[in-house]
Amino acid sequence: MAALVEHRRPPSLHPLHAVLLAGALPLFVGALLADVAYARTYEIQWANFASWLIVGGLLLSAMALVFALGGLFRREGRTTTRVAYAAVLAAAWIAQFFNALMHARDGWAMMPTGLVLSVIGTVLAVAAVWLAYRPVAVGAWT
Amino acid sequence: MIRRVRVLRVLALALALSACGAAPRPIERQYGAQPELPQPQRGLLPEMVIAKPVQWGDQQPLAPPGFTVRAIATGLGIPRQTLLLPNGDILVAEGRGGNAPALKPKDVLAGVIKSRGTTSVPGGDRLTLLRDADGDGEYELQTVFAEGLDAPYGLALSGNNLYVANQDAVVRFDYQPGQTRATAPPETLVALPSQINHHWTKAMTASADGSLLYVGIGSNSNVGERGMAAEVDRAVVWEIDPARRMHRTYASGLRNPTALAIQPGSGQLWAVVNERDEIGPDLVPDYLTSVREGGFYGWPYSYWGSNVDDRVRPQDPERVAAAIAPDYALGSHVAALGVDFSTPAIGPEFADGAFVGMHGSWNRAEPVGYKVVFVPFRDGQPAGPPVDFLTGFLDADQRVARGRPVGVTVDPAGAVIVADDLSNTIWRVSRDAAMDAPGPVDGPAQAGTPASPDTASSPG
Repeated sequence: MAALVEHRRPPSLHPLHAVLLAGALPLFVGALLADVAYARTYEIQWANFASWLIVGGLLLSAMALVFALGGLFRREGRTTTRVAYAAVLAAAWIAQFFNALMHARDGWAMMPTGLVLSVIGTVLAVAAVWLAYRPVAVGAWT
Repeated sequence: MIRRVRVLRVLALALALSACGAAPRPIERQYGAQPELPQPQRGLLPEMVIAKPVQWGDQQPLAPPGFTVRAIATGLGIPRQTLLLPNGDILVAEGRGGNAPALKPKDVLAGVIKSRGTTSVPGGDRLTLLRDADGDGEYELQTVFAEGLDAPYGLALSGNNLYVANQDAVVRFDYQPGQTRATAPPETLVALPSQINHHWTKAMTASADGSLLYVGIGSNSNVGERGMAAEVDRAVVWEIDPARRMHRTYASGLRNPTALAIQPGSGQLWAVVNERDEIGPDLVPDYLTSVREGGFYGWPYSYWGSNVDDRVRPQDPERVAAAIAPDYALGSHVAALGVDFSTPAIGPEFADGAFVGMHGSWNRAEPVGYKVVFVPFRDGQPAGPPVDFLTGFLDADQRVARGRPVGVTVDPAGAVIVADDLSNTIWRVSRDAAMDAPGPVDGPAQAGTPASPDTASSPG
């Protein structure tokens, strides 16, 4: 017998959405580590690595953001968690976008703002991933 | 939705604000020995304004009254520098060099934008010879002197030795007066630093006695962002002894010495140098300077003497303290690419000084350069602000360019030869004989003498 219980549990992420979101995170983390390495060693190649990693992360997370925002238009997808996820991911993307512009500066001109933005952008990206994947108990608050 | 639109608007505004930065100051304050140097500043986006290329049509560059402008060669493969031969023939070096890969994502974007301001013609990698046999001002012969070169730029003649600075080596042709075609492939004398070749042009001139060559080798980056390992033997002027095939560093810290010339009389080496970008519309002035033997001119650690560039890590306070301030600022971002000293034959108002070809800016909201100026000299030193000599390359609204000057060569017969690498034209700006009515003229009164085919010319 089928019971009509509304769980308000969001559907799991589309596999492509999941791959894009998960893929962006290590790129942003890598950029942060490269920034730290540049700040410690003045070895310019680390700054170049960071620039490309950020652009890669921006590309993947932009596509994930399209999924995230698109999901909000579906009634069953507009849970508190999903709204928070989309907002945090958008914030991460904006922070990383400014970070990419900062990294386009020559040499040390990207510092220290580039490193600060990498930290902020990466923390926000981790938060977005957490909100997207955290286990949700059936019937629990979402 | 409304809120989202507002967020976007704020974002767009923030970007716009960060991109414009401070308004450019009047360029007049950037000339001479003590240019005004504002604080370095850069928005989130570098300012990139490239004048859109258009055809000359029936228009021409504008010269002062009393001068006639003539296109003496067209359809070239990116002409850069010219050399006047003793018989009045003109050699033109044509080509496009550099093989610097994109280092950061911005280099990909910047490359696309900058290429909009240059010609789409492939580089000729050759020398073209122009001849006006009957002296009527029309160069009826336009023929290939040598081809298969590698982005030739600097040219010098000493006796029967025609030296060509390719982007990777100085080579020598045997030259006999009147020759219109090289008889043998060139002989390589000295290899030049050519890895990456971010700044690929190898400017060259011969010493007053013709026994030594000076070659300008530009930096491999704007301000060291490819790492200092890429800058070994870069941003220097080499002195080359062609007979012994040896070289030594003559001066260093010159970011991009794009043209060299020997001052008549003193025999002193002078250079025009392009300085660094992306720290504001009024930094750093490109300059004209005498090149001191063993001198260090700051790049990349500092500019205009000891003004530290904070973008370079690690810094080098000792070298900053030793940095020489150049002689004469030409204005920031003008991109000086040509220099030659004048002679009295150009006319009394241009008798003593140097002509400078300015390719024009990309890193400035209000474009500058795009003209040939005359820097007056007195007692062997620059004296006074530059005077416009050849203009009209940039439209009045500053958004459209018809040409971009590169090399300038003074013809002692009373003309200035200007290479234009956007319209692929060689312009000859000659003094009208009729202007020189007999009368008291200061200095050697040889202005306006008809072009004599035997006029001697110094290499440069």
